[in-house]
Formats: sequence, structure tokens, C-alpha cells
Amino acid sequence: MSRLSVAKTYKLYIGGAFVRSESGRVYEVTTKKGAFAANAAKASRKDARDAVVAARTATAKWAALTPYNRGQVLYRVAELLEGRRAQFVQEIVGGEGVSVAAANAQVDAAVDLWVWYAGWCDKYLQVAGTANPVAGPYFNLSVPEPTGVVAVIAPQGAADSLLGLVSTVAPAIVSGNAVVVIASESAPLPAVSLTEILATSDLPGGVVNVLSGSAAEMAPWLVAHADVNAVDLTGADELDWAGLEAEAAGTLKRVVRPTGRTLAPPALSRITALTETKTVWHTKALI
Amino acid sequence: MTSQIPVKAQNAPTDRAAEVLGGPVSDTSLRRYLEGIPGVDAVGLEARAASLGTRSIKTTSKARALDTIISLIDLTTLEGADTPGKVRSLVAKALTPDAADPTCPRVAAVCVYGDMVASAVDALGASHGLDTAPGGINVAAVATAFPSGRASRSVKLADTAEAVAAGADEIDMVIDRGAFLSGRYGEVFDEIVAVKEACRRPDGRYAHLKVILETGELNTYDNVRRASWLSILAGGDFIKTSTGKVAPAATLPVTLSMLEVVRDWYRLTGERIGVKPAGGIRTSKDAIKYLVTVAETTGVEWLQPHLFRFGASSLLNDVLLQRQKLSTGHYSAPDYVTID
Repeated sequence: MSRLSVAKTYKLYIGGAFVRSESGRVYEVTTKKGAFAANAAKASRKDARDAVVAARTATAKWAALTPYNRGQVLYRVAELLEGRRAQFVQEIVGGEGVSVAAANAQVDAAVDLWVWYAGWCDKYLQVAGTANPVAGPYFNLSVPEPTGVVAVIAPQGAADSLLGLVSTVAPAIVSGNAVVVIASESAPLPAVSLTEILATSDLPGGVVNVLSGSAAEMAPWLVAHADVNAVDLTGADELDWAGLEAEAAGTLKRVVRPTGRTLAPPALSRITALTETKTVWHTKALI
Repeated sequence: MTSQIPVKAQNAPTDRAAEVLGGPVSDTSLRRYLEGIPGVDAVGLEARAASLGTRSIKTTSKARALDTIISLIDLTTLEGADTPGKVRSLVAKALTPDAADPTCPRVAAVCVYGDMVASAVDALGASHGLDTAPGGINVAAVATAFPSGRASRSVKLADTAEAVAAGADEIDMVIDRGAFLSGRYGEVFDEIVAVKEACRRPDGRYAHLKVILETGELNTYDNVRRASWLSILAGGDFIKTSTGKVAPAATLPVTLSMLEVVRDWYRLTGERIGVKPAGGIRTSKDAIKYLVTVAETTGVEWLQPHLFRFGASSLLNDVLLQRQKLSTGHYSAPDYVTID
């Protein structure tokens, strides 16, 4: 007797919970060869709105952790990612049609990148902050602070489906931002599996919210949303990203432009692009 | 309860209650009447409330609903830390809910503690009075040892009289839940009658009396129905769900059951009683469910400030965000409304 296989229907990850799309929609995810892989939730603009609310709620707690503590939490995510390597390799092989060796290399790169960014948590302040030269008996310090809620359009398409996502999400949360990320529409499974890792790590719910579905449908709502502080358009090559940038200017958002690649190369500037500089004045003690 | 009982316009509550009860008002007659009311089908009530909450209200209907909600809000601050300054900023918000949009309607009233009434009246100035001033706003005061109601009758009456003397247009009183739950209905009845009398102004007009049942402490829908009847019999102009200090506060099924009593009373006497759900209503979506419930239970003529109110503080901001979303076409943010 043959057995019916049980195909998984994935959900969205909003506010630390796995939820179906408010719209009730799902779409079929296929492998590179066109075989059925799974059903993924097709998020609507209202899911995006809910995700922004969840992210806004999470920012205070996440940003209030000490940088060292944030780093520890992110290291742990990398550990869990390493532990579930086999699942990611299988999804990458299926979704991208690459060899097992190439898939393994991509997971390696993703783990390494995550660890690299985790290390920046308690270091980027020293590098990006400064004690300004002054001409008087006081200090003048400039320090970067998280900007708040960041909407990310992860690299779309079926290449670097895990690495591309990690390369945009990790730098955004290093400083204490919360993220609403639109995963790759054609290869969302590594992104959705990553949420299962995030849910069981110590990352507070709502710091990373993952929406699967159409970037073209949701991006205009996110870039215009007044409660989003910055948008990362890395994966918006195929969209009218200049139009999105213009729309984002309506509420003076920070904008990171597309890279034209399947991933965002690791750089400190990706962290600092999503921060605000606070400059404070303080007297020197007069002893 | 089906035959129409004629009610004389100036009937004192006690006379009118005696007419409905078919004899003098006493613990016994009240108990016979209230406990003779058919019980509430809790499952049916909750199912009905849930089904009324599924209506889809969109675009122009939603815009209309949002404006209606604002015009029905009792903008409330009931904190131990309230100051005249806090009340002034509350009044400013009540008069101009959305500074960026002059078409935004004003709320119905501000609701404060008794000692803050003078500050509220002062801050409102010429805009004081829903009926007397164009675009005016009422001042509602909570009284009778709000929120517990645990004080002697004389203290409660003095509390009420002071608020009315200071210029309160509406008094939100709490019933003695202890007495009600012990079955001392007569005591609760007498107290409401006495507080109503304390709402009398020197010119003979009365401040509107809202009777808070504190449904979160009444435990059953049957009790909510009985307390609603009791409050209306005793002369309350409004019945209000909760103080907002006890969880659960207003819920849709509880409000529905109170609306049903109001509907039955209207059929019985032709008199319209108001309903005020208070506490726990924080989103426009929730508030719209209440509008639907009111329209479907008592009728749309209840959707006016004299017959329906929302007791809320954070609801207004959410409604404003939704209004901004409708007018600008993109989602707004808490940065675009005041921090209360």
C-alpha cells in the first residue's frame, strides 16, 4: 500500500508567533525542477501592518538589552542554524537546483556571516561612535542608536535563498532594530525554516518578522508606512525601487538601495546605515 | 413585559417602578420581579455577539463609522496621578482630536474624577455643554466612591452633589455590588434614587446619571440583566458596563445583553435609555463591532451621544490613526497622535 506524503503548509512569523495570513491565501512553492515542495502563506498588506506593530512593540526590549547580551543571543541563533544544517541543505538543493556541496557551502557562509555580525553587537559602537574634539571643559560624544523598525526586502529569486536573507536581516538587528522582512517569493522555504530557529532561540518575539508572498504587493505599503523608520531595498532590483525610495521619502525614512546582487556583501556600513547618531554633551568633573 | 405601560412624563422613579412592579418597591417585590426575568442563554448570547462582530465595514462606511465613534467617546482620565494640567490637555485633545485635520469631529464628553470637574469646565470655556454650546462637550464626573463604591451613603451623595455643583453635566455612579450580589436589591434601588436626587441642580434640571454595573464583578449574564433592569427602574439615564478598573471590563456579549434590556424597556415604556461600554475597547475594529451591535439591537437612532457612549482613553488614538490611513492612503503611526 502506498502512503500519502504529508506536505507542509508554512505560516508567517509575526510577533514571535506562527500565524496564517489574515487573507487566508497560500501559494504553491515548487522546486527548481517544478515539483511541488510546500505551501507557503501569501501575506497581505494587513499582515505587513500587523508585523510592523509587532516589530514596534519589540524594539524597546531588544534595544534595551546590553550589546553583549544581544551578541550572545545572535551567537545562539548561529549555533541553532548549524544544528539544522541538513534541513537547510535539502531546501537549498530543492529550491535552487544546486549541488549538495554548493548548498553546504551556502549554509557555511550563512552561519559564518551570522557569527560575524553577532560579533559586531558590542563593537560597532566603539567604531562608529566618537568623542568629538571640543574647546572647553566638557565632553561631546556621538553614539549610534538603532533607528527602530526596519522593513527589509530580502533578495528575491532562487539564488542564495538563505545567505541573501541572512545578509540583510542580521546587520539590521545587530544595533537593536526590529525587522519586517519580505522573504524571497520563489524560494521562501529557508526563510521560513529560519523563523523556526528564531522562535526557539532567545531572540524576543517580534524582533524579526518574516512575511512570505509578493514583494511587489507589500513593498509599497511598507515603504509608505509611517511607523517604519528605514527600508532596506536590497532585493528590490526587479521592482520600481526608485519609486519606492521616493515614496519612503514622504516620511523621511532611511533607505538602503539594491545591490544588484543575490546578497548584501558583509560590511559595517550595513549596520550603521540603520542607526541614528545621538550626540550628547556632558561636563567634565571639576575636581 | 409585553403590554405597554403608560408612563407619566414627570413620574418619580419610585412611582414608575411601582407601576412596573405592580406594587410598592421593596426588597421582596424587586426580588420577585428581577429573579422572575427569564435567564440569559449564555451560549446563544455569545454566539450572537460573535456573529455581529464579523461584519465587514469598509471604505466610506468605515469613514462614517470612525467619525461616529469619535462623536460617541467619553474621553477619560481616571488616574490617581491626574492633575489640572493633565485635565487641560485632555480637554484640548477632546476639542481638537486631530490637529492636522479640522474636519475631525469632537468627542461627546470628557470623563474625570469629581475634584477635576472645575478644571475641565474651566478648560472647556465656551465649548462646555453638548446641548448648550455649538460643538460643545459635556463634562462627566465619576462619583459615589468610584471605583469600589465602598463608602457610606452620605459620603456618596456629597461626592455627587459636589461634582454637580462644580458643573458636571453627567454623573457616573457605581452600584453597590456587595449589596446587589447579596440580594439586597432595595438598598441598591434606594441608593440610585438618592444619587439621582443629588444630581438635581438648583434650576431643577438633573445631571445625567450613568449607572455603572461593574459587570466584571457580577459573574453571570443573568446578574447583568437583573442589574440593568434594576438601574433603569431606579431612574438611571444610562447603564454603563464597567469602571475600567476591574477585568474583565466591557465585552461585546455583556453590552449586547444590556442593549437587549434597553430595547425591552423602550418597548415597554417608550423611554430611551443610554448604554455605555467602558474599559478594554482599544481598537477601532472593536468599536465598530459595538456600533453594529447597537444598530442591530436597539436601532441606529441609538447611535448618538445621548444614547450611546464609549468610555475610553486609548481608543481615540487608534481611531485617529485609522482616519489618517483613510485620508492619506498609507498606514499612520503613533508618532502622529498625542501621547496621553
